Amino acid sequence: MNDPTHLAPRRQANWDWRAAANFICGGSGGALLLWTACAALSGADLRAFVLAALALIGIGLTCVWFELGRPWRAINVLRHAASSWMTREAIVAGLLFCCGGIALAAPKQHFALGASGVLGLAFLYSQARILAANKGIPAWRHRRCLPLVLATGLAEGAGLLTPLALSNPSALIFLSVLLTLLVAARVLAWQRYLLALQRDGAPVGAIAELRAIDRGLIWTGGAIPIVLGLLAAVFAQPVVAMLAGAVVVFTGARLKYTLICRASFIQGFALPKVPVRGAGVTAPGIKPGWESVQPNVRTRARSSEPA
Amino acid sequence: MTRYAMVIDLRRCVGCQTCTAACKSANATPPGVQWRRVLDIESGEFPDVRRSFVPVSCMHCANPPCEEVCPTTATKKRADGLVTIDYELCIGCANCVMACPYEARSIVHENRYAYGKEPIASEVAHCDPARLGVATKCTFCRDRIDQAAVTGQVPGVDPEVTPACVNACISGAMHFGDVADPGSNVSQLLAETSHFRMHEELGTDPAVYYIWNQP
Repeated sequence: MNDPTHLAPRRQANWDWRAAANFICGGSGGALLLWTACAALSGADLRAFVLAALALIGIGLTCVWFELGRPWRAINVLRHAASSWMTREAIVAGLLFCCGGIALAAPKQHFALGASGVLGLAFLYSQARILAANKGIPAWRHRRCLPLVLATGLAEGAGLLTPLALSNPSALIFLSVLLTLLVAARVLAWQRYLLALQRDGAPVGAIAELRAIDRGLIWTGGAIPIVLGLLAAVFAQPVVAMLAGAVVVFTGARLKYTLICRASFIQGFALPKVPVRGAGVTAPGIKPGWESVQPNVRTRARSSEPA
Repeated sequence: MTRYAMVIDLRRCVGCQTCTAACKSANATPPGVQWRRVLDIESGEFPDVRRSFVPVSCMHCANPPCEEVCPTTATKKRADGLVTIDYELCIGCANCVMACPYEARSIVHENRYAYGKEPIASEVAHCDPARLGVATKCTFCRDRIDQAAVTGQVPGVDPEVTPACVNACISGAMHFGDVADPGSNVSQLLAETSHFRMHEELGTDPAVYYIWNQP
């Protein structure tokens, strides 16, 4: 009843691993579709990758469907294209499955695969904007969260395409260089995000969760796949490229899980001015759970039953 | 254009939770869900310590982030400023819960009762299956405000058409009215005092004002 944490930001409890699965599978699947469409310009038959991308997106959407409070009304999700990125994500998903289906059924229809690639990117972008629009979660609404989600999705998509090098050795250089560049971009986006979040302020718990994966993301998710990608390109080793891709996909999944389920601390409450009572003077403002407005001010807070 | 708002004088609030109880009674929210609650905040260092009581709920923002992200149009902003939820449209995706920086929204997926697994008589009477699995929040007692259009009474002045929490406040800390009307009770209060709104920097333009001092 009087737990002090009820005033300070606490972790949101409404989106769990099912929502994270949508961002993990959907983001990487959308980017895989994009890179598959690009790779198809070489004329290779890439239907297996299109199928994998559609399956990933489908798995993600199925997971999130199970999280709905009223799943049998899910069609209502299409009602607010004017401003809701969740609606736009759903519309893009519908178009994406149509184009992807045509690309699978009629591989000669290059337009369908090209459109699928563009829609895959649009799907990834919609997901990033869903997070950015959530003003209640400081770690998501930060302006550098969107480029981070885009960068990791694109890197994961490239990682998932690396098995192409097994059957198509001529694509190895392209895939390795692409993966290396995208991983570097992801590391850069991550560092810029974490630094800016700490500088601009966020709930202490959110920053602690993100710091906990910082080293792993830079070394395991950054340096190792970059080295592996370069080795694969130099020594023409498709298996090494696949290994790099797998590392990128798994570290990306960990990043998204942390972002959605662990670092998702809510805003909490703040008093810019402490009301004048008793002594007749005000006091410095307070913001429990964040870096204090006045560093020397300590607060202890409680509420009645938590909402 | 009418814009209903709440003005809460933090200098007067004593943290008695009567508004919380009145809201519970009027809206029959289940255990664990409070559309209105009162934060109890201790701050400062001995001997200069303070205790502040801050009633919070849905802020009925003019730029509601919940309305922007809602994929179903279940959340809407009315012309008089009230932010509403259509329980028949809501799919319970919780996007609005994430978008709200005021912890105002809740989703309950199964019935909860105050005393064990079986409901008591009042819970049976007030049970609303439409609220299960969808987002819920403070409505500013919408039914009462809508009644004003029928009776010609004034919300914030006549208790019959005023939110239950405001009617129940024992210290006269809570006020309700039309801030777009310069002659209204709330407009006059705001003109006479120093006040702030919660998380104004997020651009939500909330309709709950907190008085903290004289001008």
